[in-house]
Amino acid sequence: MDMLNIALPKGRLGEKVYRRFKAAGYPCPAIEEENRKLIFENPAAGVRYFWVKPSDVAIYVERGAADVGVAGKDILLEYGPQVYELADLGLGHCRMCVAAPRDFRDRPDRVLRVATKFPRIAAGYYASLSRDIDIIRLNGSIEIAPILGLSDVIVDIVETGKTLLENGLEPRETIVPISARLIANRVGYTFKHLSIDRLCRRLEEQA
Amino acid sequence: MLDLQTLRPEERAGLRLRALYRRRGYLPYRMSRFEPYDLYARNKSFLVSEHILTFTDTDGRLMALKPDVTLSIVRSAPGGGTTQKVYYQENVYRTSPAAAGYREIPQAGLECIGSLDLLDVAEVLELAAESLALLNGSYLLELGHAGVVSALLEGLPESARPGALEELGRKNTAALRALCAQAGADPAQAERLCRLAQLHGTPGEVLPQLSRLAGSAAGEAQAELGRLCALLERRAPAERLRLDFSIVNDMRYYNGVIFRGCLPGLASGVLAGGRYDNLLRRMGKTGGAVGFAVYLDQLERLEEEDGYDVDVLLLYSPGDDPAAVSRLAGELREEGRSVRLGRSAPPGLRCRETLRFGEGGGRSWTC
Repeated sequence: MDMLNIALPKGRLGEKVYRRFKAAGYPCPAIEEENRKLIFENPAAGVRYFWVKPSDVAIYVERGAADVGVAGKDILLEYGPQVYELADLGLGHCRMCVAAPRDFRDRPDRVLRVATKFPRIAAGYYASLSRDIDIIRLNGSIEIAPILGLSDVIVDIVETGKTLLENGLEPRETIVPISARLIANRVGYTFKHLSIDRLCRRLEEQA
Repeated sequence: MLDLQTLRPEERAGLRLRALYRRRGYLPYRMSRFEPYDLYARNKSFLVSEHILTFTDTDGRLMALKPDVTLSIVRSAPGGGTTQKVYYQENVYRTSPAAAGYREIPQAGLECIGSLDLLDVAEVLELAAESLALLNGSYLLELGHAGVVSALLEGLPESARPGALEELGRKNTAALRALCAQAGADPAQAERLCRLAQLHGTPGEVLPQLSRLAGSAAGEAQAELGRLCALLERRAPAERLRLDFSIVNDMRYYNGVIFRGCLPGLASGVLAGGRYDNLLRRMGKTGGAVGFAVYLDQLERLEEEDGYDVDVLLLYSPGDDPAAVSRLAGELREEGRSVRLGRSAPPGLRCRETLRFGEGGGRSWTC
């Protein structure tokens, strides 16, 4: 049996994802122990898991360091990695939204200033509307950009909307729904087709 | 004395590939490093990357460092019913989808352009399989067919087809279903597309499934793929071949068989090719064209190191007789060993043996 290298996103989503893999027949007791290791192996189940930063999962998979991995649709849309997107795991549901201060009134005759961690998604969305925008790329705390006058609106991931609300913002438009996807390296898929296909079917049975 | 081991992996592979293509009567093709920018600007989506390095020539023309070889060969193809079979080894300059910045990429490949028949196409596929076998016997050659994919996209509105093609390329069945529903397509058609995205296996496994899936819709394309596989299986082991219809290229250029070569240990395809009659037409030519490129830059990743930089490090002292030291080094080289001379061991140098030049010119082992 081929050993599958699986990149999991560090954090709460990754833990949920691991539980789904475990239930599908790919457990790895070592990963459940309290420690700071990043690589865990269970040869009996044919898996080697590793925790990586969520935004790096697609890079590990695209470059073949992992055969498969779990990445948010936001990351896949933003970076456009050359990978197969084999299944929507139905975990980590949220949406990519345009949000603005509650009293914001859009002036279509002005260039819209958009603060975001996702410039490609934001640019694509506004290009589809033929809207001229000025993208302000930030790395975090996006919500404060409109409050401080840095931008007019933000494009960001919204899960419950609580953070937006607490900062006086509200979601205006949904760009795309987001969830966790099982992705595979294209060459790895060819060489380990049976193992990856079996993993995919078992995960879908757990959905 | 020519020692192939002194060549870099891509140089060694290039030599062997060129010999392989020459044996099939393909002729060498040599081109300039630069081409007018117009050639690429008109066919940007044919290129792997749309980024092109440009400069202004002394006569004011905008030129480009070639990002691709095929377009130049097609441009110079004679036409008029003559079939041109050429091979090349050239460097191209482009960005790669997974890396930042421009790179110089050594590439070998061949093109067969003109009045093509089944045998011409089958020969190119055989050469693709043989090229991969030269690089690593555990290769896999994946084959798809633009005609089969086009036939199964038929029922979708024109505007939904590029999106469907992209999702097929990602094997993203959830998105394919959503896209078909949004376009108001028949759910049975969405299901057929999803199953097409998931087909993967040897020709013996996949062709019967494809027949059941596509029915008569993909008649001619499917029959051609079957005939090509049958011819190919005479020259390449069936277990090295895979049919997979998620290998899709821009339909404005490609119209027939499309293929990709994979080697174990490399994260992306090392060979890519296909039939591109549509490109010919776009460039005002008639006839057919098929070819492939091997990306030689990836091969250094396959190189297994023997762990040593040099066989013998011969150390000497300032007082030693230079002629005697040189004579001893010569004797060692006569034995077929590589020898580095030095007064001290360079940091990090990996040598099989270290010899210290002894008193009277004799050998003495130090490690």
